[in-house]
Amino acid sequence: MSGSTKTTAVAIAAAAAISLLASACTGSSNNTATDDPNKDVTITFWHGWSAPNEVKAINANIKAFEKVHPNIHVKVQGNITDDKINQALRAGGSGAPDVVSSFTTDNVGKFCSSKAFADLTPFLKKSGIDPAKTFPKTMLEYTQFEGDRCALPLLGDAYGLYYNKDAFKAAGITSPPRTMSEFKADAIKLTKTKGDSYSQLGFMPNFHGYESTTTHLAAQWSPTYFDTSGKSNVATDPAFASMFSWHQDMVKSLGGFAKLEKYRTTFGDEWDAKNPFQTGQVAMAIDGEWRAGMAADAGVKFQVGVAPFPVPDDQADTYGKGYTTGTIIGVANTSAKKNAAWELVKYMTTDTDAVVSFANAIHNVPSTYAALKSPKLKLDAAAKTFVEIAQNPDSTTTPASINGGTYQLTLQDFGYAYEAGKQTDLAAGLKGVDTQVDKDIAQAK
Amino acid sequence: MSAATVHPLLKAKRRRATLRNLAFLSPWLIGFSVFFAYPLISTVYFSFMKYDGFTSPTWNGLKNWSYVFNDYPFFWPALRNTLWLVLVMVSTRVVFGLGIGLLITKIKTAPGLFRTAFYLPYLAPPVAATMAFAFLLNPGTGPVNRILGDFGLPTPGWFNDPSWSKPALTLLALWGIGDLMVIFMAALLDVPKEQYEAAELDGAGSWARFRYVTLPNISPIVMFAVVTGVIQTMQYYTQPLVAGKVASGVIGGSGQQFEPGYPEKSTLTLPQLVYNLGFQRFDTGSACVIALVLFALAMMFTALLMRRRSGFLSAED
Repeated sequence: MSGSTKTTAVAIAAAAAISLLASACTGSSNNTATDDPNKDVTITFWHGWSAPNEVKAINANIKAFEKVHPNIHVKVQGNITDDKINQALRAGGSGAPDVVSSFTTDNVGKFCSSKAFADLTPFLKKSGIDPAKTFPKTMLEYTQFEGDRCALPLLGDAYGLYYNKDAFKAAGITSPPRTMSEFKADAIKLTKTKGDSYSQLGFMPNFHGYESTTTHLAAQWSPTYFDTSGKSNVATDPAFASMFSWHQDMVKSLGGFAKLEKYRTTFGDEWDAKNPFQTGQVAMAIDGEWRAGMAADAGVKFQVGVAPFPVPDDQADTYGKGYTTGTIIGVANTSAKKNAAWELVKYMTTDTDAVVSFANAIHNVPSTYAALKSPKLKLDAAAKTFVEIAQNPDSTTTPASINGGTYQLTLQDFGYAYEAGKQTDLAAGLKGVDTQVDKDIAQAK
Repeated sequence: MSAATVHPLLKAKRRRATLRNLAFLSPWLIGFSVFFAYPLISTVYFSFMKYDGFTSPTWNGLKNWSYVFNDYPFFWPALRNTLWLVLVMVSTRVVFGLGIGLLITKIKTAPGLFRTAFYLPYLAPPVAATMAFAFLLNPGTGPVNRILGDFGLPTPGWFNDPSWSKPALTLLALWGIGDLMVIFMAALLDVPKEQYEAAELDGAGSWARFRYVTLPNISPIVMFAVVTGVIQTMQYYTQPLVAGKVASGVIGGSGQQFEPGYPEKSTLTLPQLVYNLGFQRFDTGSACVIALVLFALAMMFTALLMRRRSGFLSAED
């Protein structure tokens, strides 16, 4: 063999070896379910709950499942973050979970399109479950992507208005606001300035103000994030421009972005007792159903009121709606025990008693029609409000996308620039959001 | 004797010697191949592929490269921040580390106590240290701004202000200067005393002694501190991420999108993008492009510094 032929042969061999090595480390999806769910089997279930009452509730749920299915043993791993889930699903292997639940509905698009989660349609058919008759519409929306049902809802969350009843009384406000004009007037009335700051703020409109995010607030305008062809619809749908205009007006009316932002830095952590609503630093807040329980646990010194978040004046008839989301659950495609895993998913998501007892224990919104109507459902006034928001036909969610919540991040990024006055042309900014979202989706496809 | 007529016994001896050498080199060769060459080749390969970690990679041409350089809105701000940190943070750390090293070697009273006091912060876990700094520098409730305010001094927004977030990170890096301080201290104590005595006899002042005796003697250590500092800064991940998360107050809960690089992308660094793209958006190809940019930058900085190595050679070299 001549020198040049030898070099070429070595180069080809090296290239082939590199290709082989590279492809060797790629995972492969196994979409078959051939295991016998009646055999003695142990499956692994990963979830993100970490609070003692939540862990107690999920463990009780699993215990009840094991009673019904004595041959299926469940190894539970709690306090799992989405990043850990992502890596475990990609890596597969014996340490990977069979059943996974996540608080982030945004990832459903990624899980479905990448086939990280198994398609549940054959399992649902096999078990005679009609999703449309079992789960509320918005919950069905955020658990599928482009027709691929790779997840099911495991309880839901709804967002509403929390208000300080004592502060309302002191300000002479008799009922929670129903429209955005009433909301603005109340927020101004409730705001007490102190020097160059506040002793009490009516509402923290800044997008970093914990749950007052672009998507949570935009839900009150019932926006459509994507058009029928899957292109970003932010500049076309007037809902977004209306929301941003309302928001800018609120920021100005309450003292301006810089003053509000400075006040925001005095807030305690969102998830502990020093949450600004619980300390009385803000008199009204947008938040999920969990806040009522957290406020009670923190021993707040005022009466907490709960109501649907106000709606735009021209949509007053839709009062009662809100942003909805929830926990999702699915079967890992790398699992070799999919049939057994499905039994657990089916039990946790469709068994009425299981759903109701779990919802009662962790104060979440039940995720099936049957559970919502169950007489065993314990609803106090606050929980009732959120269940109604979740069931409201005008309530909306953020749709699943192939690259997860990237489109929300782009919109939010524009929101930060717009509220800070760094971007002043709303129409151009929203067009820019559309362009960026479409580019990101094209890259992910 | 020509190569063609080499005695077979000699040939076998040479082969045995080569094999023996390779055997001695094998731990390094294996380590280099598995932990450097293979990942590097794979990174180049994946940068041209569409790969989400679940399905087999498919050819994507230059699409990932084009996306990162033209369409990914976080790339250029992250690159600018990384370069800022390389230039400002590395040089400040080296100067400060050398200064503290000089000071510590001069202290005669309780030197052990001072050495321990300056070294201890380096041992603090980065997450805990960053959270403590975010608390201390909180513009609304932090003690630092309260003290500055009491003295009538300006009260910056620190981690909440895009103009101050990187200086705040530099302050954090200076606080944990213990690693450089120890290295410089060892180098300074190693400078021959006779050279100082000779310089003093020649009438050299303290600056002249530092410039013409200390600096030439410790220049290889300065070079080492700069090169490792550049590489560490290229990998800077934990502190800016934690600072951004704590200061923004948005930790990415249900329905919340975590804003990378808060405030206004000012704490965004390239390693954060590698993680975001590769492990959160499943876009391994684009993540590999950024990893290669980091590799190229690290090589470029090292090559630049090595070209100037004559200026860093010690007096003995």
